[in-house]
Amino acid sequence: MKVLVTVKEVAELADDFEVEGTEVADRYLEYDLNEWDDYAVEEGVQLSEDGVADEVVSVTIGPERADETIRMALAKGADRAVRVWDDALEEPDLLDVEAKAKILAAVVEEEEPDLVLTGVQAGDDAFGATGVALADAIGYEWAAVVNSLDLDADEGVAHVRRELEGGVEELTDVDVPAVLTIQTGINEPRYASLRGIRQAQSKEIAPKTLDDLGLDAAAVESDLTLTEMYEPESESDAEIFEGSAEESAGKLADVLREKGVAE
Amino acid sequence: MTDVLAVTEHRRGDLRDESFEVISAGRELADDTGGELHLAVISGEVEEFAESVNREGVDHVHTVEYGEEFNHDVYTQAVEALYDEVDPTVLLVPNSVNGLDYAPAVANALDLPLVTDAVGVEYDDTLVVTREMYGSKVETTVEVEGDSFVVTTRGAEWPQAEGVGDADVSAFDFQPDESEVGSTVTGFEEVGGGDVDISEADFLVSIGRGIEEEDNLPLIEDLVEATDATLSSSRPIVDNGWLAKNRQVGQSGKVVTPDVYLAIGISGAVQHVAGMKGSDTIIAVNTDPNAPIFDIADYGIVGDLFEVVPELIEEFE
Repeated sequence: MKVLVTVKEVAELADDFEVEGTEVADRYLEYDLNEWDDYAVEEGVQLSEDGVADEVVSVTIGPERADETIRMALAKGADRAVRVWDDALEEPDLLDVEAKAKILAAVVEEEEPDLVLTGVQAGDDAFGATGVALADAIGYEWAAVVNSLDLDADEGVAHVRRELEGGVEELTDVDVPAVLTIQTGINEPRYASLRGIRQAQSKEIAPKTLDDLGLDAAAVESDLTLTEMYEPESESDAEIFEGSAEESAGKLADVLREKGVAE
Repeated sequence: MTDVLAVTEHRRGDLRDESFEVISAGRELADDTGGELHLAVISGEVEEFAESVNREGVDHVHTVEYGEEFNHDVYTQAVEALYDEVDPTVLLVPNSVNGLDYAPAVANALDLPLVTDAVGVEYDDTLVVTREMYGSKVETTVEVEGDSFVVTTRGAEWPQAEGVGDADVSAFDFQPDESEVGSTVTGFEEVGGGDVDISEADFLVSIGRGIEEEDNLPLIEDLVEATDATLSSSRPIVDNGWLAKNRQVGQSGKVVTPDVYLAIGISGAVQHVAGMKGSDTIIAVNTDPNAPIFDIADYGIVGDLFEVVPELIEEFE
């Protein structure tokens, strides 16, 4: 069985930052592997270690800089990687779900995986939609927000738990091939070992352009245009306790006593 | 095509709050587009549900009687068929775990632009959606090109629709293609039971990422003991396996309403806030003065928990 794991390099903001136009100034951005994708990679690698998956391939859409992130997935145990980038992808400041699904669908067509694992959402734009859109695009079954996976490869069924709101889990059987969007907490993502990091250096990251995938620039034109970005106005009317740790803790303690919850 | 089609949501026999919120969002939007508001009620006790969602501002309710619970294959097919029937400008879906399990598939199949997790939607010949990015640190407006759109709306951003409407309720003639149904819901399970019910506590001391390491947990446990509080946490602490699932406050954990909620090292992501904003008094300790937790806090300390908490323990020892 072949597993494809989609990963994204996401930007995290510093506590203090500045918005310039419709983007956050680059000096306040720190790039990292998307948190949800870290769990998806781990799930794929565990399937490989359990002998269920023969190969785990990681795919990302991103510029050359993203090699660093995708190499993290390789260091953790993915066998090889595909990175899609193209001049046509430089332009849109907000790549819409449809465009991402089209690109990933073209990669699925080449790789023919039995299982695609994606993160539930990306920490930056947080659409939470690419996995399910991809499933529709490639005609696979799917399940969103999976926090437990028991794969029966012989039967071609994934027994999953979907994490619903309010502490309720839905138990669902999904036909394979399938796309599963992976929720944090499904496993404990490993840290890359030194050996893993060394091995990752010799693993393949295949660059692909849209043309390589049989797509043209029109296919990834975004219907979405970011027209404004701003820091939401603080609605805070909290009383902030000033002073040293001792002084502020003293005032906090007074509130707890006043409310009658601690003595 | 000036109408709005909104899909309601239910689970295990009960309509969910999102259903009534999406009515409010749908009504606002239908006023913008100058059209009517249609609701879809799919699976379960559809007649009973249809009566409940027939609130002020609703023009039509379409019911699809098939199965009991949400199944994304059935929903995807039913919503696509209803979309063809109603021909709306906007298809609205709650931005819930289940909403995100079919809305992207519907948008892709119908080749419609999709914007998820909207906190504001307006239409004036162009669709303009307000949404957040970078974990609520920035808000953005997004203009969407096209004639027809799919939008998912964030929970608790719109009020619940009230009153009694005079919508016509009709059974939509639809049968899913069962060969296209490749998933089966086999059951539900409540998680987070066990030794403690944090929703019963009067005083919660709640910890988040700011605690940094599992080895720092005893510090908070000392505070909990000194103040006779109950310990709870935000999601990452449970994801890391440092505390059991029954301690988790938030959208996927427990909703709590204690007299005092003391949030230590919790930034206040929207999913967390959904679970604790009803607390009588909220106190936050966080190093980041811009952390969203301060937006809903009554009292706060902008400071290092590793300095503040030991002092606080001393106050009660």
